[in-house]
Amino acid sequence: MTAQARDAAIVGIHEFHSRNVDGELSSLQIKAECAARALADAGLSWSDVDAIYDASEGAPMSGLTISEYFGIEPRLVDTTAVGGSSYEFHAAHAREAIRAGKARVALLTYGSTAHSNALAIGVGGRGFGGVTPAENMESFAGQTLVANYAMAARRHMHEYGTTSEQLAEISVATRYHAMRNPAAVEAMEELEFIDIRETTVDDVVNSRMIADPLHLLECCMISDGGGAVVIASAEVARNCKKPPVWIIGAGQAVKYPVIGGDLTSSAAIDSGPVAFAEAGVSPAEIDVAMIYDSFSITVLTILEDLGFCAKGEGGAWVEGGRLRFDQSGGPALNTDGGGLSSNHPGMRGIFLLIEAARQLRGESTAQVAAAKLALAHGNGGMLGSRHSAGTVILAGDRT
Amino acid sequence: MSKLPTRPLPNLSEPDTAAFWRATAEHEFRFQQCENCGTVVWHPRRHCTGCVDGSLVWQVSAGQGAIYSFSIVRQSYHPFFRNQVPYVVALVDLDEGPRFLTNVVGIDTPEAVHIGQRVMLAWEDHDDVSMPLVRPLTE
Repeated sequence: MTAQARDAAIVGIHEFHSRNVDGELSSLQIKAECAARALADAGLSWSDVDAIYDASEGAPMSGLTISEYFGIEPRLVDTTAVGGSSYEFHAAHAREAIRAGKARVALLTYGSTAHSNALAIGVGGRGFGGVTPAENMESFAGQTLVANYAMAARRHMHEYGTTSEQLAEISVATRYHAMRNPAAVEAMEELEFIDIRETTVDDVVNSRMIADPLHLLECCMISDGGGAVVIASAEVARNCKKPPVWIIGAGQAVKYPVIGGDLTSSAAIDSGPVAFAEAGVSPAEIDVAMIYDSFSITVLTILEDLGFCAKGEGGAWVEGGRLRFDQSGGPALNTDGGGLSSNHPGMRGIFLLIEAARQLRGESTAQVAAAKLALAHGNGGMLGSRHSAGTVILAGDRT
Repeated sequence: MSKLPTRPLPNLSEPDTAAFWRATAEHEFRFQQCENCGTVVWHPRRHCTGCVDGSLVWQVSAGQGAIYSFSIVRQSYHPFFRNQVPYVVALVDLDEGPRFLTNVVGIDTPEAVHIGQRVMLAWEDHDDVSMPLVRPLTE
């Protein structure tokens, strides 16, 4: 491994404890609680924060409103909003600002009451609102969010012979990890999952079909939740309470429908190589892959796009459990239980950074022995149409 | 008696797509092409995405194409679509290029739909606008 620039690190993290607040908390309140606890995790306070990153999910014009609500005076404000991958974009931007000397302590927060609001994000929902020209062409067809991803899965099956049993491996691996994470088990209890246990491929393919070819157990949950991440300069990081988790590479991209476009690959094809090149590492070196698991097909597509295996070979590659934290031959996938089995309030990207940091600190409930390198890849928007990709590569302080 | 829920219809005053939707009342599926650079532009919009000196003109599709991908929706919370399940959503590649999202109708069973299947437009008429659905091509 080549020596990477280590200018900025994740120094504080917090994941909101509840997945169902019964409408008693607002997303802003969740964001503030997570922010305070992530700062405390780092040994910092509100007054140390000089850069704010926000995806505007809690309030409009959030660059203004969040600063006032938190009671801080940032000298840098970034409200990049590209859906669930916003936090991977934020982490990359924060690192750049810190490297340039424009910021010392950056605060990223997320809060959502999607479950309390009964927003149908995962199963049967109609996707995101707004009347853009593109959406005005599509709304008549009644495409659910699941069906959008299902069309990507169907095309993948058509071109490469991928099977439902292979896609099910993604769900099985994330549930395997979720059952080791008390917060994920509690989440499934709070959301009244019927049968909370480790699953098999048969369990997944025998679960109810939601939108062919995707089954219920291939779809993410719809929870409340939130989180916060504090990113600091090397100078600040040295004096924080927890070991720094260095951001060593990042890439971003977007993709949208075009004439003759390919539904079997995502914008990760463009964001991944940039991130890996900057980090000076290869996919084979990654110990932990936190990949946005909105649906099984999202992960399979992105594993291929990032180069963990060749395009079209993902189905065979995930067979046999190589994505489990206690098996070799591939990265451990979504060791917190993922959006499928732990936490999905709509924009899961911040949890990818949080669990990657836990792994590189040695704090995960499905800890990969001596984990040195982790990847967080967010997919925002919808895989089967317009979406964003943010890849972040992280290194522990021990390497 | 309460009004039955209906399919969500497009906003006919959305500036980029209004002309497309107005033409559907005449059962015309229109798309744009640039007179300057030849780029086929889809979805409809005011500017050419292929050049900065673009001049877009409307073309009319012959109305035939092939299914690029599809899904059979078995669960929906929408007041209209929840009563339509199972129904088929599909991405259709028109022979002229544009790929559009639609429903496949005129089939005995949703399982009869497949990728690559040849389809033709099957207009569903509403008050001032028609929906460009598709059905299997009959020779």
